[in-house]
Amino acid sequence: MIGTFFRNGVDRGTIFVVLVLVATAFIVPALNLYTPAGSLFHVPGFAIPLIGKYLTFALLALSVGLIWGFCGILSLGHGAFFALGGYAMGMYLMRQIGSRGVYGDPVLPDFMVFLNWPDLPIAWYGFQSFGYAMLMVVLVPGALAFVFGWFAFRSRVTGVYLSIITQAMTFALMLAFFRNDFGFGGNNGLTDFKDILGFNIQAPETRAGLFTASALALALFYVLSKAIISSRFGKVLVAIRDAESRTRFLGYRVERYKLVIWTFSACMAGIAGALYVPQVGIINPGEFEPANSIELVVWVAVGGRGLLVGPIVGAIAVNYAKTWFTTGALAPYWLFALGGLFIGVTLFLPKGIVGTLSDKWTAMEQRRASLRAQAGISTQNDDGPPGSRLQSEPGE
Amino acid sequence: MRIFFQVVLAIAFSIVLAASPRAADLGELINGLAGKDYKETEAQIGAIAATGDSAAVPVLEALQAGKVYFRKSDGIVFIAEKNGKNFKLTDPLTGAFVEELGKRAVKKVRVNNRLRRAVRGALGGLTMMSPDPGIRRAAAAATFLGADPDSIELIDTAIAQESDPSIAMLLRQARAAAVLNFDRPEAEHIEAIAVIRERGDRDALALLIPRTEIEGSVGMAAAEAVSRINSRLSVWNGAQNVWYGISLGSVLLLAAIGLAITFGVMGVINMAHGEMVMLGAYTTFVVQELIRNHAPWMFDSSLFIAIPLAFLVAGGVGIAIERGIIRFLYGRPLETLLATWGISLVLQQTVRTIFGPTNKQVGTPSWMSGSFEIGLLQITYNRLAIVIFALIVFFLLMVVLKRTPFGLKMRAVTQNRPMASAMGIRTPWVDALTFGLGSGVAGMAGVALSQIDNVSPNLGQSYIIDSFMVVVFGGVGNLWGTLVGAFTLGIANKFLEPYAGAVLAKIFVLVFIILFIQKRPRGLFALRGRAVES
Repeated sequence: MIGTFFRNGVDRGTIFVVLVLVATAFIVPALNLYTPAGSLFHVPGFAIPLIGKYLTFALLALSVGLIWGFCGILSLGHGAFFALGGYAMGMYLMRQIGSRGVYGDPVLPDFMVFLNWPDLPIAWYGFQSFGYAMLMVVLVPGALAFVFGWFAFRSRVTGVYLSIITQAMTFALMLAFFRNDFGFGGNNGLTDFKDILGFNIQAPETRAGLFTASALALALFYVLSKAIISSRFGKVLVAIRDAESRTRFLGYRVERYKLVIWTFSACMAGIAGALYVPQVGIINPGEFEPANSIELVVWVAVGGRGLLVGPIVGAIAVNYAKTWFTTGALAPYWLFALGGLFIGVTLFLPKGIVGTLSDKWTAMEQRRASLRAQAGISTQNDDGPPGSRLQSEPGE
Repeated sequence: MRIFFQVVLAIAFSIVLAASPRAADLGELINGLAGKDYKETEAQIGAIAATGDSAAVPVLEALQAGKVYFRKSDGIVFIAEKNGKNFKLTDPLTGAFVEELGKRAVKKVRVNNRLRRAVRGALGGLTMMSPDPGIRRAAAAATFLGADPDSIELIDTAIAQESDPSIAMLLRQARAAAVLNFDRPEAEHIEAIAVIRERGDRDALALLIPRTEIEGSVGMAAAEAVSRINSRLSVWNGAQNVWYGISLGSVLLLAAIGLAITFGVMGVINMAHGEMVMLGAYTTFVVQELIRNHAPWMFDSSLFIAIPLAFLVAGGVGIAIERGIIRFLYGRPLETLLATWGISLVLQQTVRTIFGPTNKQVGTPSWMSGSFEIGLLQITYNRLAIVIFALIVFFLLMVVLKRTPFGLKMRAVTQNRPMASAMGIRTPWVDALTFGLGSGVAGMAGVALSQIDNVSPNLGQSYIIDSFMVVVFGGVGNLWGTLVGAFTLGIANKFLEPYAGAVLAKIFVLVFIILFIQKRPRGLFALRGRAVES
């Protein structure tokens, strides 16, 4: 059964994307570790965590693209799930520091010693174990999303209203995490990590490992998402996106479908956050900022949300542009560029880069097919690239 | 009437006399401060106090601070300020600089605790009988806090002379406080407690609480007074919270009311709304800069100039945005959200490029600074002005929507666009003007918010989430809902703050709104319709 589930989703495009990701996962770190520094093929050390960061952003964008592009749920608070996953990972890394902290306390992280806390808060129990922390990476965002979605979808909060309350959610979490007595490092967040699973977090080998893990996670979730949207369940999701009331009147329990995909997407965002934190070395409440969550929506929009590849391409492209802008002399113009991107994409590229290209490709294929038909050659029954069937405008 | 004339005469006399013989007398008395011993100095202080001349206040204050010296050569007294190794001598009456002398040439007028007390009494007397009612009031209030048993007689004289009933009341309270610090018959103590009970504020409480432990009728009277004051205080506390809530609510209303038009009536998710507020605030800044440089006398009316300008600036930008971008996105609310977010980033960065990233100083006109008190409630004029301004804007907007041809067209277009179009209304222009109106109102809000918030490029960001909460909570498409929503959230926030702290209160309010929307997805005052989804 699971076999058919996956076989449904696998087509030429998927295999191509997965191959690219897996190749990236192994070749890029290898080029960093095993080529001499002066070599033409050498990938510099700083690039590994940087591209690794893009890959986690791509995973995050994929989670948003899945619910927005295929179920019409626009979340303006997905950064919250990302940050929660990141905090769970950060807590594990904090506990790994042990007595190597500035204050040398074997159990308490530095900021707790600094705040004069006598013992570890209950929320921190168990985080010395990697397995437990990884469970929390999935469970905490998942549970929050489940509760939030349970209420929201059952009372049929849709469209803009849902977007606004997700924004309120991440804003409230940001305010909470900024508080020192909330118990997660307050303003400064969690940082100064030493090692992960016993490996030094700064070492090139560890960084390469994290990079590989990020790329593989992205590939895995790409396949999973692809399988979901190609399944019967995925067809219902698309129906909900295009005509929610009609789907409900046809007898589908719309809120359950939404709840499942929403929670799945939140878990995915949490995992992205967990992979992000060890690569950048810090997690702080700034990640909860509503602006971050909105920005990540634009990654999806730029890439194109009618296809699963869109968010991945969008996240990497926009973040590469951001790095390029903000590190050069053009830094003051980054916000102009980002703002212009928001406006330009919505006005001129409603299907995003990938969507537009794939439309062009389909049109070309069709023209060629009709030419061939005119020439009397029997046409192949080809499905064309994925997503080309989505005729109507996704979204509202 | 007669008393009034006496006061006027007394003031006139003191002005006439201040320059001539009495000043000389006072000068001699002050010179006498450099007496042989403490006793002589004390007598001299008494003599100074007896003149009732407020010109002696600076020298007495200096004496208390140990800054009074006399010149060894001729024994003349000065107020001295240490300047390196030397002393800068100034005339005790006029404050004029006389000369600078080495420390060998001067000697300090020494004071002990007894003298200090005498000085304090003399100061109280001089200020309590000052011709200026403001000084008298301050002196009476100060005497209450530092009630000194020795000053009872002084206060009695002051009460007898006092013409202003409210100052007389303060003096009686000061006297009662002094009595309580003094060994007097029980009946007098009980009477004093009654006087202080009427005062009924925290200072009174601080005075009375230690007295509740006294055995007998005094303790009982004090305990009863304390409980009365406590209940009174809790009522005032509630009133204070309501006022703070109204004040916060008016800020929320101002921030949200433009959004109630663009989002509520037109259905455009305008994430650049906060930036319209910011543009209004920067318009105020520019207007004030121009006035400062070219016409400083007009500063008090700067806000009245800024309000229409802010409306025009923000409204113009709003119309440009609608014509240039938003009109292509009607019917695609989520895309509108993203595009307007992009606009907000561009506007922020534009303002940052022009004006710089730092906070800009926006001044408060003189008529908006200061405060007044109702009972124990302190109300600042700027907050009051903002509350009134918010309500005026709200009702003006109501009138525009309900009573003008433009409002009629606007409602027609939002209710049934094809029909309105068929009746000859130029719907695209109505859209543009409506968006301009909403943005312009946001700009006017910016003028008001520039008075209480930092004017920086991020100003709008801090209001955008709150504004959306207010509109969604109140019910989209309903201005009354926005009004009720703003004040409800404001007051709820301020009542939670004492228990939970400002940040936690805000979190609670956000969680409450999230839950509330589950219960009533269309807000407090939902427009009823038969459509399954809109």
